[in-house]
Amino acid sequence: MTTHANIPTTAAAIADGVRSGALKAVDVLEAHLAQIAAREGEIHAFNLVTADEARAAAARVDADVAAGRDPGILAGVPIALKDNMCTRGIPTTCSSKILEGWRPPYDATVVQRLAAAGAVAIGKTNLDEFAMGSSTENSAFGVTFNPRDISRVSGGSSGGSAAAVAAGFSPISIGSDTGGSIRQPAALCGVVGVKPTYGTVSRYGLVAYASSLDQMGPFSTDVRDSALVLEAISGHDPMDSTSIPQAPLSLQHVLSQGVEGLRVGRITDMPSGADPDVTARLEAAFDALKAAGAKIVDVEMPSMKYALTAYYLIAPAEASSNLARYDGVRYGLRVNATDTNAMYSATRTAGFGEEVKRRIMLGTYALSAGYYDAYYGKALKVRRLISDDFARAYTKADVLLTPTSPIVAFPVGEKSDDPLAMYLCDIYTIPTNLAGHPAMSVPFGTGAHGLPVGVQILAPTLGEQVMFKVAASLERSMIAAGGAK
Amino acid sequence: MSESPSERISAEVVVKVSRLARLDVTPDEVQRITTQMAGMLEHFADIDALDLSDVEPMTQPYPLSNVFREDVVVTGLDREEVLANAPAAEDGRFRVPPIVGLDG
Repeated sequence: MTTHANIPTTAAAIADGVRSGALKAVDVLEAHLAQIAAREGEIHAFNLVTADEARAAAARVDADVAAGRDPGILAGVPIALKDNMCTRGIPTTCSSKILEGWRPPYDATVVQRLAAAGAVAIGKTNLDEFAMGSSTENSAFGVTFNPRDISRVSGGSSGGSAAAVAAGFSPISIGSDTGGSIRQPAALCGVVGVKPTYGTVSRYGLVAYASSLDQMGPFSTDVRDSALVLEAISGHDPMDSTSIPQAPLSLQHVLSQGVEGLRVGRITDMPSGADPDVTARLEAAFDALKAAGAKIVDVEMPSMKYALTAYYLIAPAEASSNLARYDGVRYGLRVNATDTNAMYSATRTAGFGEEVKRRIMLGTYALSAGYYDAYYGKALKVRRLISDDFARAYTKADVLLTPTSPIVAFPVGEKSDDPLAMYLCDIYTIPTNLAGHPAMSVPFGTGAHGLPVGVQILAPTLGEQVMFKVAASLERSMIAAGGAK
Repeated sequence: MSESPSERISAEVVVKVSRLARLDVTPDEVQRITTQMAGMLEHFADIDALDLSDVEPMTQPYPLSNVFREDVVVTGLDREEVLANAPAAEDGRFRVPPIVGLDG
């Protein structure tokens, strides 16, 4: 998608070129910085572009290649990081005024692993404040617009990361997904987005929103690049106590394996509400997989309709606890007052935006004496029901297929005054986070107004390999049909 | 939980919750938040009718327990780098306003 000839568009091709010496990492970087200079003004994918640091990192990669040292599997690949991942010495804001100016004293594990693999971090991308939102309109630093139609939202909360890849600013970006925050913007911007199994990618250095739901993952223009990045960033990390003790994922070798005999589940009692242009693409995806040899099977998920309720009680409850740390004492904003209690309130009132306050209030309420059993306690039990639904479904099916988002990218401002309407954008993505399973969105043609539609592939815990097989098959069918991948 | 939306949450409860959350809210905001939260709680009432008496709550997606590391000394964060981020620091520590009110 970059306009520069000679520079490949995928991470895999860039890394191959840089590793072989056919490409210089510094030239790859300059081509992407030029693309940013050309379009960032109208898109606003970034809170910060770190051009100087990126130039130094790219030069180190080239020096490694020249000296015969292994530069890593992502050698010279420009990469954009959602601005809720800690980068040592580089501002990390979560798109919130309360963290403006904060320079983390350490790198997130994902940031360390990307650097070790030779990737070149080019900046920090915009998000809904503290990852709370579905449109990247709730940012203290302004909206991120959809590169496919700049009058529309990029989705959220990782809208900046999705837009960065869609606009050709970087072939890869990293996002975080608590209820769909990677998959939904990927669908709206027409790129691939993956939420791996909970515990597969370390959360160390990811600023916490809802700790039992948060997971990091990649955006890319094609399926292989997401597989490549996951191989680089997954695997056990002693710094995250919820990290699954296992080796990194191995995914690229399954991409060519095909889907013959695989059972692809259709959820018969799925909550309705997807627009007809979106369901038409879902049906086309079922047809494509059937044509490739998969079997389509019906499954029932009777508790899925309660997922939105469980999520919007559990996530705010965890957030209200996690965000208690922003008190003006150790970092970020402080609004001075005569005593500490007054300082806490003054700081938090000035520093948090409206949606963050709304979720903190909702979560505090759901956890407060007298309401805990009726709301939070009940939501945890509903979470179990949903997880049990998935377990039953996966005895009949290897993967499930749903829309990623019920609608294509909507106009900026359309839902900003109606929190519940915004929450409904996540109805197909939320159940996965509650269960902790992997899921990914693959672009699969266009719907209304020629805007991208994503199809979501869901798989059981640690089922990334089968999920990627299906994703690669869908991608092949799009290419065969003459569509852009 | 068979209350109507307006009974589900009152302005009084919203004020109490805002204090617990250390957020200051104006009377206008209290009204708006009460209406919005009542609307959400009304939507969330869909789980009220479920019989969940025999369901085990699910607090984490992947069962891991007693995750320990070796008890060895490792390098922590750099104190100066950490304090450089503090709104106020003094003598290697975070500085805060008085914890007990000056009048009491």
